[in-house]
Amino acid sequence: MSERSAISVSVLGAGATYSLRIAPELVASVREAAGFDLTGSINTAISTGAKIAARLGPDEWLLIGPDGQSNALSDEIGAALAGHFHSLVDVSHRNVGISVAGREASMVLNAGVPIDLGDAAFPAGSATRTVLGKAEIVLMRPDADRVYRVECWRSFAPYVRAFLEETAREFNSQ
Amino acid sequence: MASDLSAHSFRLANGGRIDRSRPVRFTFNGRTIDAYAGDTIASALLANGIHLVGRSFKYHRPRGILSHGSDEPNALLDIDRGAGRRDPNNRATVVEALDGLAARSQNHWPSLDFDLGAINDRLAPMFAAGFYYKTFKWPRTFWHRLYEPAIRAMAGLGVAPTESDPDRYTQRNAHCDVLVVGGGPSGLAAALAASESGARVILADEQAELGGTLLHDRISQIDGRAADTWRAETLATIAARPDVIVLPRTTVFGYYNHNHIAMVERVTDHLQAPPAGLPRERLWQVRAKKVILATGAHERPLAFADNDRPGIMLAESVRAYINRYAVAPGRQIVFAGVTGSAYQAAADAKSAGLAVTFVDVRDPTQCGEEVGELRALGVEVLTGHTIIGSVGRKRVAGLIVAPVNGPGDVGAHRTLPCDAIAMSGGWTPAVHLFSQSRGRLQYRDAIDAFVPGASAQSECSAGAANGTYDLAATLDEGWRAGAEAAGTTASRSFAVAPSTRTDSGRARSLPTDRDADRVRAFLDFQNDVTVKDIKLAVREGFQSIEHVKRYTTTGMATDQGKTSNMLALGIVAEALERPVPEVGTTTFRPPFTPVSFGAIVGQARDALFDPIRKAPLHDWAEAQGAVFEPVALWRRARYFPQAGEGMHAAVSRECRAVRSNVGIFDASTLGKIEVVGPDAAEFLNRIYTNAWLKLAPGRCRYGLMLREDGFIFDDGVVARIAEDRFHVTTTTGGAARVLVHMEDYLQTEWSDLKVYLTSTTEQWGVIAVQGPKAREVIEPLVEGIDLSPGMFPHMAVRVGRICSVPTRLFRVSFTGELGYEINVPTGHMRTVWDAIIKQGAPFGITPYGTEAMHALRAERGFIIVGQDTDGTVTPDDAGLGGMVSASKRDFVGKRSLVRPDMLLADRKQLVGLTTADPKLVLDEGAQVVADTKAPIPMKMLGHVTSSYWSDACGHSIALALVSGGRARLGETLHATTPSGFAAVKVVTPVFFDAEGKRVHGGLEHV
Repeated sequence: MSERSAISVSVLGAGATYSLRIAPELVASVREAAGFDLTGSINTAISTGAKIAARLGPDEWLLIGPDGQSNALSDEIGAALAGHFHSLVDVSHRNVGISVAGREASMVLNAGVPIDLGDAAFPAGSATRTVLGKAEIVLMRPDADRVYRVECWRSFAPYVRAFLEETAREFNSQ
Repeated sequence: MASDLSAHSFRLANGGRIDRSRPVRFTFNGRTIDAYAGDTIASALLANGIHLVGRSFKYHRPRGILSHGSDEPNALLDIDRGAGRRDPNNRATVVEALDGLAARSQNHWPSLDFDLGAINDRLAPMFAAGFYYKTFKWPRTFWHRLYEPAIRAMAGLGVAPTESDPDRYTQRNAHCDVLVVGGGPSGLAAALAASESGARVILADEQAELGGTLLHDRISQIDGRAADTWRAETLATIAARPDVIVLPRTTVFGYYNHNHIAMVERVTDHLQAPPAGLPRERLWQVRAKKVILATGAHERPLAFADNDRPGIMLAESVRAYINRYAVAPGRQIVFAGVTGSAYQAAADAKSAGLAVTFVDVRDPTQCGEEVGELRALGVEVLTGHTIIGSVGRKRVAGLIVAPVNGPGDVGAHRTLPCDAIAMSGGWTPAVHLFSQSRGRLQYRDAIDAFVPGASAQSECSAGAANGTYDLAATLDEGWRAGAEAAGTTASRSFAVAPSTRTDSGRARSLPTDRDADRVRAFLDFQNDVTVKDIKLAVREGFQSIEHVKRYTTTGMATDQGKTSNMLALGIVAEALERPVPEVGTTTFRPPFTPVSFGAIVGQARDALFDPIRKAPLHDWAEAQGAVFEPVALWRRARYFPQAGEGMHAAVSRECRAVRSNVGIFDASTLGKIEVVGPDAAEFLNRIYTNAWLKLAPGRCRYGLMLREDGFIFDDGVVARIAEDRFHVTTTTGGAARVLVHMEDYLQTEWSDLKVYLTSTTEQWGVIAVQGPKAREVIEPLVEGIDLSPGMFPHMAVRVGRICSVPTRLFRVSFTGELGYEINVPTGHMRTVWDAIIKQGAPFGITPYGTEAMHALRAERGFIIVGQDTDGTVTPDDAGLGGMVSASKRDFVGKRSLVRPDMLLADRKQLVGLTTADPKLVLDEGAQVVADTKAPIPMKMLGHVTSSYWSDACGHSIALALVSGGRARLGETLHATTPSGFAAVKVVTPVFFDAEGKRVHGGLEHV
């Protein structure tokens, strides 16, 4: 038990977040937009500096950039995708990001996430839409090994955070 | 006797897995019991000479400890761990002894030793199978008032706790290549093989220690090592491998589709001082590629008269108590059985220094060399004897046996004095989980038991669960199963000495010379079902085992007949004179053993029961003293009472403010969907009933959406932000299903349309500012939008800024007043809201809640989908026939609208109702009838859907769905009230500003 490390659950600062929808055959010729790498396969998250491009479906990306860049970023992405049919919707205020970090972070998440978070099934660079208990979330493991990012809708954030803090308790009190 | 009641009076001097250096004390019915760490409550009671632990379910017969495992039917105790930590019906055989724990027996009054309910035992002839179906038939009304409560009080087992459970429970999802259920020899071998190649393995066992029968096996050598040494080494090897999870105290209780396994881990119950933060129990949901069921077998009792006295136990359990817990269940033990395993148990008892007699009910010709071997140890072995009954009451004192000289010829009785009896009627593989997996059971005649046959899922059974009782064969089988499950072809053979005695005879009802009608030989100890009950059921015509089960309740108690089912089945087969496989077996259902509600609930309690979605201004509203109401998962401010104000007064004041000055409302929970793409207008044209192609950018339109069946599904205002971009709003509760509905059509029916949908419900906060002064309030705050009516008419939308924040400003009204809905990014809501409140103060701006919003819209006759519609209302029913485009080629639901049923004149149509008594506000849901004198059941014409006090009208108003309602305008009907009926007049469902001029606020002309 002594080798158990603490789990930290923390709400991340607001990012500039977009839902991008674009057909895979169109994105193939673009590959990158405003520093977001769009070449990843489904269920991956590619981090480029402070930007994360999480591909959630064949034609769906969640793009997370640094805060304060909202308008500039959307213009930049729009310019990169000009001429290709796509939908770019600002969801910066819809989403809340929560970080779950620590050696047993996957166990804390698996209290409410039914999917396999083992290293083989969900390695660094993974992203997926799933559920945490009774809330729908997007789960990412952008880079660092045991740091997961949970994205949920704003009004679900208190529930998601409390759920994670509750299930983290057994790892934090010993 | 005094010495027998002293501490550890029945503890053997040596051996056992208990830790004699760690004494533990708990109480049983108030009496202090000395135990050791490693004891169960049952082993500790037995170590202190206590067998009587409870009274039986129906007859209140004294009952003792039958088994040593989770199959225990008798020893059910109420366990109190203090401070609300009490729960009933714990099996004493699986609860670990702990300092300070209080155990109490159940189902007795006034005390365990003197129980008045035991009168039931004398009245037993009354309580034959199906007795309550036969007895409590008349008078019918007595059932609920008298019979059922009385039976429940008399026949109940434990008492449910009333206090809130202070413990925490958690859950975990896990995935693995191989799940091994059961940590006995075959399970250990399976996990050893499976983990060898690096597969992800979970090994779960319900006991505190893994090892199963190896924990009480003192004679077997496995590959040259003592059984326990092999056990410990193997377990250490397995646990040290990466990707292996070993879970003791973890019961696999459910086997569902696609190898979805449910199990419960008891995390802290065995800890004297659990670390804070640990949950009491953890419910695991495991998705396993392969499941190995190494669940072992349950021993069967023998069916003889009075086989339920305290002190009568299962033979292997007696062996376990002696070897594992160093407890003598008795000093003079009579073994009775038909199995080789019972001989081994007797030999172990003998070598522990106890007096042993063995009665083999098999014919001497069926017995083998085990008889001679046991006799060589100095044990008297009687073969070819039947058991006539037992003597003693709260503790068995003797076993009455007699030789069987031939069919129906029972010889002279002989009473073997004893203080414990160890019986063994055969073994039943624990096929519960296999059966839950929908695998087919097959009867194996050689062992008189059902064993796993064809699999339905990716699993296999190994060891005793598979009917393999020989230890070497069990290990080989387990290892093979583990290797195969991990995808390797390695093989291994285990050397075991001495070989296991696996022979077994076939025990049914034992021959007796007593009056069969007076003999009570128990099969199901927990539900008090006897051989006689089964035979009676068969005589009364029950043939199907499922019917016999339900009629007699055999196997229907919390132990699900683990000890009794196979024996009961044999008795049914015997009575029906049919072979066992023809009779078949009953269905096994989850859970394998009882599961606490806490584990099932897990984290989902209190604040985590359900997500509560709070609107962006929730905290502000709370500070204002708002009263909230749940709307789907949302909490919305219902009204804002001022000091001393009730709801009625507050709502009237809020309505009045909107009609006369200006009100402000948090409408953020409205669903929002961004519809983007060159085909967006065409898409909406197909989804909604009305036309969208010609809606100009900058304009809004109210849209009505149907399901395929033609009934109203949702509604809302849609704004065209740009040629290829729409801002759709939905009802609060409908947001998720509307998006799903739209995606469904887009992906499956119209995948050619270039449209993408994105939920923006929580991206945009919405502040509704409504009332004649609305424009004056917001105008100073708005940048870049000309609010003059000519430039910004009703049902227009503009993109600009408010308080320096980006906004999509709608000029729309759900109140009938001039109004705006100001969309701003949610994070900016509070800033903008505060600015508007400040700006509006001179105009008396008044926050209003959902109740005022509802009343205001009802005055104007605007429907709320889900309140004034119920999934059976067409646009025409709702008076919205004009919303349905006649010229569009198609839209969702169009064809259904011309079905003959949808055009009937007597369909329920939305009308207004006014009450004869203007002050009377009808109940929503009140039924509407034409004639209050009509005989009951009277024809109901419809019901009230919305009902409010209208401040603007000065009387109550109601909306109702009434059969042929529009043809009844002016008629007087009657609505039900709590005390009778109220006369109502049918009116057009618009009560205020019938011409709809007020949305223009007097600023412009229609």
